[in-house]
Amino acid sequence: MVTEAKRTGAEKLLAALPMPGYEGDQEAGWAREARAKARARVLDAGAPVKRDEYWKYTDPTPLTAPLAVAGEVSDVTHDHPFGEVAQARFVNGAFRADLSTKPEGLAYIPLSDALYQDLGIARTLFGVLEARGREKVDRPLAALNTACATDGLVLQATGTGVLHLAQDHIGEGASLLHHVIRVESGAELTLLESGTTANTVMEVDLAEGAVFHHVRLQTGERNPAATHIFARVEKEASFKTFTFSTDGGLTRNEVVMELIGDECSGHIAGTVMGRNKAHIDNTVFVTHDAVDCESRQVFKNVLSDGATGVFQGKIYVKEGAQKTDGYQISQSVLLTDGAEFLVKPELEIYADDVACSHGSTTGSLDETALFYLRSRGVPQAEAEAMLVASFVDEAISEIADEALADLMREQVEIWMASR
Amino acid sequence: MLEIKGLEVKLEEEDKQILKGVDLTVEPGKVHAIMGPNGSGKSTLSYVLAGRDGYEVTGGSATLEGEDILEMEPEERAAAGLFLAFQYPVEIPGVGNMTFLRTALNSQRKARGEEEVTAPQFLKMIRAKGKELNIDADMLKRPVNVGFSGGEKKRNEILQMAMLEPKMCILDETDSGLDVDAMKLVSEGVNALRDAGRAFLVITHYQRLLDHIKPDVVHIMYDGRIAQTGGPELALKVENEGYAHLTAA
Repeated sequence: MVTEAKRTGAEKLLAALPMPGYEGDQEAGWAREARAKARARVLDAGAPVKRDEYWKYTDPTPLTAPLAVAGEVSDVTHDHPFGEVAQARFVNGAFRADLSTKPEGLAYIPLSDALYQDLGIARTLFGVLEARGREKVDRPLAALNTACATDGLVLQATGTGVLHLAQDHIGEGASLLHHVIRVESGAELTLLESGTTANTVMEVDLAEGAVFHHVRLQTGERNPAATHIFARVEKEASFKTFTFSTDGGLTRNEVVMELIGDECSGHIAGTVMGRNKAHIDNTVFVTHDAVDCESRQVFKNVLSDGATGVFQGKIYVKEGAQKTDGYQISQSVLLTDGAEFLVKPELEIYADDVACSHGSTTGSLDETALFYLRSRGVPQAEAEAMLVASFVDEAISEIADEALADLMREQVEIWMASR
Repeated sequence: MLEIKGLEVKLEEEDKQILKGVDLTVEPGKVHAIMGPNGSGKSTLSYVLAGRDGYEVTGGSATLEGEDILEMEPEERAAAGLFLAFQYPVEIPGVGNMTFLRTALNSQRKARGEEEVTAPQFLKMIRAKGKELNIDADMLKRPVNVGFSGGEKKRNEILQMAMLEPKMCILDETDSGLDVDAMKLVSEGVNALRDAGRAFLVITHYQRLLDHIKPDVVHIMYDGRIAQTGGPELALKVENEGYAHLTAA
């Protein structure tokens, strides 16, 4: 049973935000139904509190302040390193057709349109993967998003294409985005993401043999943010997500991935670089529910001053998910005193023919290696930057595209140079 | 070139005196060898000269061409012309050998107020030096020392030495872990770098390395001091008799 305080918290969260589907224009029937179910999930679960086991290392308070939606903003520049790629732009929770460009080989529409239509993938996926994601753990902030988000990206990839999802959250208040993505059989989608919102949910459904690459940047000063990626991976499909997070206040990234078709794979990786008051939490839940699937979780944290890194990673192998190959590594380098890395690796296995491993380390940069580089004439700061680059490389190498991986390596250099 | 006077060093962590007054002068163009039993302070001397943390100099001095090196950061000592070839070269995954060497070379040049070498210039240099040392292009492309055999690691040290062109080279147990062929190859690399302006301090347990790198002067280190100094014949004496005569004395 949810406590009174959690229930009241949930009610306040819902009350602060609009009630799409109920107020204003009538959304399509399926959307209204999804909204109602999501509201019920929020109330059932209650607002997250620090006492919750799942929030043991991250105080959710900054994420549960009941906030009204942030206002409209006109001119916004969006800095990013991704170059000339078609952009879907969102500002303060709303699609900006005026700032967006059309990608080649891909078609998308904003969720704000899809909710009023009987569109296949929005109807079959919106809130569906999010709801599945609570099989073992409640994720009330994701349900809140399904209940209240009014915009996002609805993308069905049938060929090969690249799209840059550029999001901004300017000023005070809440901004929510809900993305629904389906990659069809044989199609390959590369999704680049930058900027932040207060609350993002991305539901990704991969058909047989589909390929999905996701590279996300979370950099600079920003509001507290909760993000969720829910992925469902079918037979022989490949799901890859990499997130580069620096600084900011509180960032909680949850990735919930289900491997449901035989011989598919899912890789979830991240590099965290935090200083001062940054608190960056990567929480991953991988479910193996098919035969001969491979999953990898690779997280590297570089922390200094008062920064906190959190990693909670679970591999859940269901009965019958034989020949599962699950790997998880989370490591941190603490550059100064005062930084901390909190880790909770978990395995739950109900099949007998599986190989699952997990490991975690925390330490400072290797003194011997540092001395080696300096003895060759490399100044301390550069030597540290080289060793940090070396340390994070296992995570960055998870990015299949070498040019994209190099972009992330540059981001690592930029952060080190700015220290 | 290198002048060490009454150098006393203790470990920072524990109150243990390792060097108890080392006196040593290495002239330009000369090769000095230091031999001695385990725990005599040979490696400590090399680390202290190169500037490794964890040691406290409690007395004496060390100068390189008249400059006090003990007050310098390790990178400043390198720029001043000091080079330490490690007994155990460090593996650095994710950092390319070439990137590392070019950064090192240009950092040193920058510190000395010299112009940095461009990428094409560097490539030309490293190819030429690599060829001399029998280091193939593949080794240059790989991350620093990762997956290198013992011999390759030591050859890589010598390649770094050849590229950085230091004045004072300290070789710490360069022969350890090498078979005869590898030792020969490494020694040839070192011998190729011998010239009138460059000095070497070769630290070794065994006389066999000194068959290949012929020293001008041999020192025996014992209990934190230079206990004996002589010509190449001293190394042979140690090979035959061990260090027992020192303990007895």
